[in-house]
Amino acid sequence: MAEADAVVLEGLGKRYGGRAVVQGVSLRLAPGERLALLGHNGAGKTTVMKMMLGLVRPDGGSVRVLGRDPAEAAGDVRASVGFLPESVVFYEAMTGFETLRFYARLKRRPAEECRALLARVGLEAAAARRVGTYSKGMRQRLGLAQALLGAPRLLLLDEPTTGLDPELRQSFYAIVAELKAQGTAVLLSSHLLTELEERTDRIAIMNMGRLVGLGTLGALREQAGLPVRFRLRVVNGNAAAVADRLGSLVLERVPGELGVACAPRDKMEVLRAIAGLGTLVDDVEVVPPSLDDVYASFTGRPLTEEATA
Amino acid sequence: MSTVLTIAGKEVRDGMRNRWVLATTLLMAALALGLAFLGTAPTGSNIAASRLAVTVVSLASLTIFLVPLIALLLSFDALVGEVERGTMLLLLSYPVARWEVVAGKFLGHTALIAIATVVGYGVAAVAVAYAAPGTGTGDWQAMGALIASSVLLGAVFLSIGYLLSSLVRERATAAGLAIAVWLVFVLLYDLGLLGYLAATEGKGLSAEAFGWLLLLNPADAFRLFNLTGVEEVRQFAGMAGVSRQAAVGPVALMGALLAWILVPLVLAQLVFHRRQL
Repeated sequence: MAEADAVVLEGLGKRYGGRAVVQGVSLRLAPGERLALLGHNGAGKTTVMKMMLGLVRPDGGSVRVLGRDPAEAAGDVRASVGFLPESVVFYEAMTGFETLRFYARLKRRPAEECRALLARVGLEAAAARRVGTYSKGMRQRLGLAQALLGAPRLLLLDEPTTGLDPELRQSFYAIVAELKAQGTAVLLSSHLLTELEERTDRIAIMNMGRLVGLGTLGALREQAGLPVRFRLRVVNGNAAAVADRLGSLVLERVPGELGVACAPRDKMEVLRAIAGLGTLVDDVEVVPPSLDDVYASFTGRPLTEEATA
Repeated sequence: MSTVLTIAGKEVRDGMRNRWVLATTLLMAALALGLAFLGTAPTGSNIAASRLAVTVVSLASLTIFLVPLIALLLSFDALVGEVERGTMLLLLSYPVARWEVVAGKFLGHTALIAIATVVGYGVAAVAVAYAAPGTGTGDWQAMGALIASSVLLGAVFLSIGYLLSSLVRERATAAGLAIAVWLVFVLLYDLGLLGYLAATEGKGLSAEAFGWLLLLNPADAFRLFNLTGVEEVRQFAGMAGVSRQAAVGPVALMGALLAWILVPLVLAQLVFHRRQL
């Protein structure tokens, strides 16, 4: 059963000059699964991907990709893996088509596939232009096209959506969803948390080389034990009465609104209590902890402040 | 093999596209023609050597200065440059072995040097032969040997350039080392040897040891090969005496050049293979 997994990492570790960049990372990725790898710069995400490609040899633990050790069967593994490096760089003097054709030759794929892929990422019109003239978004799309060469069974995408505008991001995730349907395992690293919420199956959180959280967003939320928040719209004049009934659960009061928080396991009970208030409450909105909050609770620091740096 | 050819083909296309080949070919042709027509003017017609043989002697000296420089400029950047720019990471994520990257670049760059040398020197040779009829087969052989050994000399310095490129972390370091390598092999080595011989009044070295010392510098091996290899050239170059004394024949000189290609290339591959990206 184990070998059916696209990726199996066990106790993976890597040190650079005495500094542990990755330590004790264990995780599995099934075919057709989308796993998001979250972490600050330097958390070890890229090193983990490089070890999966056999570009960096682990000091400890083991990596198996598509049932093989990528350090030993590098050629076979890489033939079935697509990789999009962080801020991908191409040979500036080649055209988009020539670039893709070059990489296709290395994977022994025909020229027709290049044309089809360029169309798929929306670069047909720019295919004959030098990559040096491409915008950041176009380079990223060319990067995705090359990663898709040869219908890979595992796709490693390192910060794939940085520099893409919202529309391109949409089409990017549409392609990822298609791949999932075809059974391709997708590992993508990102620090844009909110966009990952509905587009990945599981989330792995890395901090300083360690895997500090792994699971579905729901499971991680539960593990984090972060409070669920409720926002109540209250009919004028009833705020005090509502606040009395809910007691210590009330966090804040603004005119016409009440903020309420509770532990996740008490959520239904609180909801019932709110429902029991009858007409005192106009409307209720349930706000689960965001991925940002979950991330911060696992790593002890928020991710967003660095994302903007 | 197809991977090596794909990478070689890309290097050749790059060289054609950025007009590197064009510029180098023009430079070599211009210098060769200049040497052939201006440099041989004073010899007149009462010298036994043919004009093409004279040209071979001048071109051999030109090659020693120019070809190693061209080769080092092409190769110092080949590995470290791609690592630094980030294109190497993507390339190596493909089913490509590291030796295939080194071999492909070597093959492509050697082809570029071969194109520039064959066309550049070929044009000069044809022009000289046309201007001075009576060029014999021996002259053409010498010219052919010159062109072939120039390409080999280029390959030697490509190899050395890759070794530098695999060893350093930054392009700038590789560039500095490339200049140092050029200075040592092309200028300082001979100066040092000459200085030592002058200081010891020629008694410091046996003829045999001297021959071996020349093999240790690919530029000297190249010079000796071209100036002593063919009878017509030997007479003009004033090397008739040297070649009889020298302990090394043309086969050994060729062997030395081939060893100078293989050893640095294999070392470059070994170093590059261990490099972490």
